[in-house]
Amino acid sequence: MAILTKDEAHALLKKILSYSRADECEVNINGSHNGNIRYARNAVSTSGGISQTNLVVSSAFGKKLGVATINELDAASLEKVVRRSEELAQLAPENPEFVSFLGPQIYPDSITFVPATAAITPKIRADAVAQSLQVAKDANLISAGFLEDRNGFAAMMNSKGLFAYNTATNVNFSVTMRTQDGKGSGYATRGYNDVTKLDAMAVTKIAADKGLKSATAQAIEPGKYTVILEPAAAAVLLENILFGLDARQADEGRSFLSKPGGKTSLGEKLVDERVTMYSDPWHPELPTSPWASDGRPHEKVSWIEKGVVKNLTYSRFWAQKKGVKAIPSPDAVIMDGGSKTLEQLIKDTKKGILVTRLWYIRNVDPQTLLLTGLTRDGTFYIENGIIKFPIKNFRFNESPVIMLNNLEELGRPERTVSVETNTNYLLPPMKIRDFTFTSLSDAV
Amino acid sequence: MKRRDFIYLAGLGATASILPGIPLIGSPISVERSLERVDVSTKKKLADVGLNAARAKGATYTDVRIGRYLNQYIITREDRVENIVNTESYGMGIRVIANGSWGFAATDKMDNDSVSKTAELAVAIAKENSRLLTEPVRLAPQKGHGEVSWRAPIEKNAFEIPIKEKVDLLLSVNDAAMKGGADFINSYLFMVNEQKYFASTDGSYIDQDIHRIWPTFFITKIDSASGKFETRNALSAPMGLGYEYLEARPQDKIKGITTLYKDRYDMLEDAKAAAAQSAEKLTAKSVEPGKYDLILDPSHLWLTIHESTGHPTELDRVLGYEANFAGTSFLTLDKWESKKFNYGNNIVNIFADKTQPGSLGAAGYDDEGVKCGRWDVIKGGLLVNYQAIRDQAHILGLNESQGCCYADNWSSVQFQRMPNISLMPGKEKKSIDDLIKGVEKGIYIIGDGSFSIDQQRYNFQFGGQLYYEIKNGKIAGMLKDVAYQSNTQEFWNSCAGIADESDYRLGGSFFDGKGQPMQTSSVSHGSSTARFNGVNVINTARKLG
Repeated sequence: MAILTKDEAHALLKKILSYSRADECEVNINGSHNGNIRYARNAVSTSGGISQTNLVVSSAFGKKLGVATINELDAASLEKVVRRSEELAQLAPENPEFVSFLGPQIYPDSITFVPATAAITPKIRADAVAQSLQVAKDANLISAGFLEDRNGFAAMMNSKGLFAYNTATNVNFSVTMRTQDGKGSGYATRGYNDVTKLDAMAVTKIAADKGLKSATAQAIEPGKYTVILEPAAAAVLLENILFGLDARQADEGRSFLSKPGGKTSLGEKLVDERVTMYSDPWHPELPTSPWASDGRPHEKVSWIEKGVVKNLTYSRFWAQKKGVKAIPSPDAVIMDGGSKTLEQLIKDTKKGILVTRLWYIRNVDPQTLLLTGLTRDGTFYIENGIIKFPIKNFRFNESPVIMLNNLEELGRPERTVSVETNTNYLLPPMKIRDFTFTSLSDAV
Repeated sequence: MKRRDFIYLAGLGATASILPGIPLIGSPISVERSLERVDVSTKKKLADVGLNAARAKGATYTDVRIGRYLNQYIITREDRVENIVNTESYGMGIRVIANGSWGFAATDKMDNDSVSKTAELAVAIAKENSRLLTEPVRLAPQKGHGEVSWRAPIEKNAFEIPIKEKVDLLLSVNDAAMKGGADFINSYLFMVNEQKYFASTDGSYIDQDIHRIWPTFFITKIDSASGKFETRNALSAPMGLGYEYLEARPQDKIKGITTLYKDRYDMLEDAKAAAAQSAEKLTAKSVEPGKYDLILDPSHLWLTIHESTGHPTELDRVLGYEANFAGTSFLTLDKWESKKFNYGNNIVNIFADKTQPGSLGAAGYDDEGVKCGRWDVIKGGLLVNYQAIRDQAHILGLNESQGCCYADNWSSVQFQRMPNISLMPGKEKKSIDDLIKGVEKGIYIIGDGSFSIDQQRYNFQFGGQLYYEIKNGKIAGMLKDVAYQSNTQEFWNSCAGIADESDYRLGGSFFDGKGQPMQTSSVSHGSSTARFNGVNVINTARKLG
């Protein structure tokens, strides 16, 4: 029951709306089958399968909103949930920022659903892990990893005639390979809508190679260094820029995009002109839902173009107040890059540090977007185009805004997963000068 | 909840853009529905269906958790309510051992057929995974408790307090802050009720009722001419209490440079102070980097304890089960076996406790049916113990689990989570003023701020909410742009004084993240104010453009 077809969802939502007596009514439903498998110490630890459905009814009387839900889908229950949302709306305080629900929208078909991913079984998960464990055994390493897949649908309909439906699949895989003596550790991660693109063995081999090569790391002095950030390392820094794209926050003067006198950086050059970031729900490598949870269509949106802030995200209320288009927050972001592989970027580096992964990223100062965190699972010193030796991990204190002004070169984008948020991105590896490391860490 | 969201909730530099999108574990429900209870006999019948179905398919051990997880979040800013959300998540998780391997499945369809199928799926998953085992699961023995119950000793169920009363409180807090000069305030009241039922093939049927509350706010003050802004967050603690936490009492206030709170919180008073202090921060002196003696208030120190003691003594991390995500630990088994690993100065005594009333981690039993207790982790500065669950107890030579198993929802598999981990107060009579008096060059830090630590818990960096310079035993004014960096062992060995029991207070994390898939848990950390000598302080000010 967790997955409804488009016709089933349409019929069900229409039936629910027929019970409404409110000024406006909106119904959201979603359901999913999730599966996961986790392993550590070269054996499976936990795994599971979870199915669930959620139905949410929002009723509005004027600017008073009530929300209720139920997970039983018989007629009596459906009417009951509508009545309950209406009772709550009558009790609710008026919200001056309430904006009437959206009318009908046009959503082109999405490309987010892949049947092969929806058909994953416990056996397929276990087989993928078996491949990964074999790599660990062959290389005498200790593996720990996680594979998680999701097959879900979402639909919404409201009294103004809006109807939206989408199905999506995704699989994320990550693995850490440590040496038996605990002196080396390597990591790799991949995420796809299509599980047939996932090669667990190949991903594990990357982690294994880093794990073996990172043993016997040497300490070098903290300070400013040229770094090459692999996409997984860049993702956890850059997503902090994306979280901060809210126009209201900037307009109110409390964001890194705020400027004196109530102005913002919108339309101004913020970072190096080679930086272009955008979202595109129909990008073949990183497709996302064509609609946001409030029904707004997701379109291709340019966020930073040639270093200039092109668009900010707006709630519908703030957009109405400012008289601009209400652009929703994107589900994923793509950054343009160059044509060089990571290996070519390393080859063209005289002195620098290769960073596989960054960890425990926290905002230190929202004014400058100063972030702190540490390198992890594969940090190497580069000299004259080759990796000379592994180095001990560093803590950094750096702002991604300052970092993107210190850009040296971008490589070829690839799909990666943020270890902090589990969000998928399409990002290039990037060479940055004067990246600030502030102390050494003994962690491996 | 996604990591990103609780990062923002915890740090909350950015507020308005994030909070309308707070993800909720569960779905919105009405207020009156949140007060309904599921009958224990109904839960027992469903649990038995699950236990029997798993056994019939070959499970050698099964536990069933039926959970009803209620949240009520009230979200306001300045003069208006942004959202009132009531959510419920109700369903069942079934965990089994079959062919020596764990399997888990969960469903929200609570009928006999669905429960049986879920149990069968859990067994099928366990059998599928058993071919990837290196050794079968070894569970520490656990005697069945029969039919028992435990209820958090709260005075006022926050879910029973009328919404209007709660909204009025937050709006009065906002009004006081705005009148006090704040430019923005976002205030929140988070309330949680876990109604948990646990049944296992050991013969336990445990019904528990757990409550948590967290009132908090985030104030911003802007200097529009320069474009600079400063923030000051609430000094409240999330607690395992009911609405009584918000009924201020004089005996719970510690008066000083700013008022600090024990088991009751005066939100209105703190908001007024915060409005003034956020303005003061704009013109405060930027810190000169260097070595300082730090006086750390419990509203700050809880997070340092959490990160540098709580996480590295989790046995699953020590063993490598979290290597792919949260990381491992520098507190390896050989250090524990040596019985002489010098974790900290000999005045440092740190204990685990899942029984402390009012704490976030308090429960009668953990999520695998083990009765909760208290034990030493660091004694006289030495590492003496970890935090373990049933399938790890044998590694420590224990005959029973320490009761540290927890799942954040019926749909999540339970695993090892941190109990309350707290620093014992100093044995000699000593006040905050006594500690400050002895410092020549130091900084007094109040409130938690930015926090980050490496994956083995050596190197950390912490900020706070309020920083006061100490010169020759006296407070010499406010500082800003402060963060300290240290190494766990070095830091705890620099501990040079701990205030006595009269200063002991709880802090805590409402959304502590761990595991894959990520699960959150709530945990308290108690301490008295403490002094740490010669800690490296950096200046965090930067310039854009």
